[in-house]
Amino acid sequence: MASTRRDLEGLRIAITGGTSGLGLALVREWHRRGAQVAFVARTRENVEALAGELPGTAGIVGDIARKTDIHPIALQVAGRLGGLDVLVNNASSLGAVPLALLADTDCEDVEAALAANVLGPFRLTKALLGALRVSAAEGRGAVVLNVSSDAAVNAYAQWGAYGASKAALRHLSAIWDAELEGEGIRVVSMDPGDMDTPLHRIAVPDADPATLKRPEEAAREITRAIAGELRQLAALRAARAEREAA
Amino acid sequence: MIAESLPRHRPPHAKLLAVDAEGGIRHEARAQWLSLLARGDVVVANDAMTLPGSLAGVHVPSGREIEVRLAQRRSLDADAVHEFLAIVFGAGDHRVRTEDRGAPPPLVPGDRLDLGPLRAIVTALPVAPRLASIRFEGSAAQIWAGLATHGRPIQYAYVTDDLALWDVWTSVAAVPAAFEAPSAGFVLDWQALARMRERGVAFATLTHAAGISSTGDDALDALLPFDEPYVIPEATVRAVAHARAAGGRVVAVGTTVVRALEAAASRTGELQAGPGMATGRIDAATRLRVVDAILSGTHEPGTSHHALLRAFTDTRTLREADRQLDEHGYRTHEFGDSVFIERRTRR
Repeated sequence: MASTRRDLEGLRIAITGGTSGLGLALVREWHRRGAQVAFVARTRENVEALAGELPGTAGIVGDIARKTDIHPIALQVAGRLGGLDVLVNNASSLGAVPLALLADTDCEDVEAALAANVLGPFRLTKALLGALRVSAAEGRGAVVLNVSSDAAVNAYAQWGAYGASKAALRHLSAIWDAELEGEGIRVVSMDPGDMDTPLHRIAVPDADPATLKRPEEAAREITRAIAGELRQLAALRAARAEREAA
Repeated sequence: MIAESLPRHRPPHAKLLAVDAEGGIRHEARAQWLSLLARGDVVVANDAMTLPGSLAGVHVPSGREIEVRLAQRRSLDADAVHEFLAIVFGAGDHRVRTEDRGAPPPLVPGDRLDLGPLRAIVTALPVAPRLASIRFEGSAAQIWAGLATHGRPIQYAYVTDDLALWDVWTSVAAVPAAFEAPSAGFVLDWQALARMRERGVAFATLTHAAGISSTGDDALDALLPFDEPYVIPEATVRAVAHARAAGGRVVAVGTTVVRALEAAASRTGELQAGPGMATGRIDAATRLRVVDAILSGTHEPGTSHHALLRAFTDTRTLREADRQLDEHGYRTHEFGDSVFIERRTRR
């Protein structure tokens, strides 16, 4: 069931890879539900078109795989939203296209996958961690959700560059989550499942779309997961406040 | 003092001169700064991200190259990015000492400035030839994007390498607001936040639009600091109240935090949450209402930052501290060593 309420009113949320596939579905979902959304993507035309279509959203042009793009992106996210409650690192690179056995994969393609799927999320999260800390301190909650894949856990032939990078992202999320527990910031990774998206079509061109999940459905699941994390953080805060009062 | 020329936030051999409430002076390794804190204290830092406020471009009427350094905005609201006070220099960049920089072409209200993707109009010339009120054209979105992609951090000749944004953001930087780094906060890392929590020391932040420290013009420098907007969160007001109730100290990380907290308490004597404007100077004549101690960079006598330290301790103690800073080879400016000064007379 699709939520029709503007139940995300006031939530400041940023996402990378926001103009296609799952990212696009998430931006639309959050905008419909009243959140303040900043989205990042590489292609100016796509960013401007979506920002024009969804008034009030902040479209930001940048490539998270490029080190020097990270701080300009973070500056615009924090500047335009005035802070940040939720960051979704969604932009991904397959590495080798078409998919290839690791032994046939160019080193440069592995580097590209790591840059987009590990270093990009690491750098952007680090650059925005101060904003998330403030959000946690103000009692709004702070969540980083890294979009993962079953390829992070299972050893699928030909998914080497992508799978290894997503495994690194998954572990990075788990370690960061443990380290930031005291700050009240959650870092989670989530596998949205195999979806009918441009990325999946590039990876598996002959897949039957009927067997794939709709990105809109995955977007609702992810949004539910984020809301769940925020509720849990609020419950923890309430419990702590009660302990301190007692 | 010698200017520190390497843009490192926590160099391993950084020094700290500590002045206690009785005026006693001692020297510590700055890495040990947490040992100066006690259970119940609250440490308050400025969480401003530093804007890339140096904009290279062209003064359209004369066709001459200029550098515009953004110096003030009236509000920290996300959409309040059209109007700025700016210092305008002639051709050149930070490699030339600010005081040796060439003058800009004569500016007249209405002049257009093309600054990379940004377009601005000179709207007024407030007091001095280098100072201009400017207004950017376009939407807030276009201005944020233009600043983010074209702007460079404001920097000075003693740091030779071009600074990147990551050089001028503290570990806790949260909202773009500062024109120069709130550099006392470079001492902070996430390990320090965890240690404070373990030791029962609270940590809170506010956002203050730290302004520029030097314009290259003595008459203009005498006007510094410009009025600076700030925002103090409710959570920070609560943390300060909690520390005071428990007999802890309020430790400000940097002069900007002192300015914001004292401005926010100036109206009623009690700290107020929300946005405000820090005006005027803090100096020997100021009675501090909120802050008990300051962790700051080292400052040269004669600057507004140095004058602010006089609100914490007496002239003789400060003079002795200055002498020892020189004698012990302390480094100065934003990447330099630090001082920790407790307020002389306790509440």
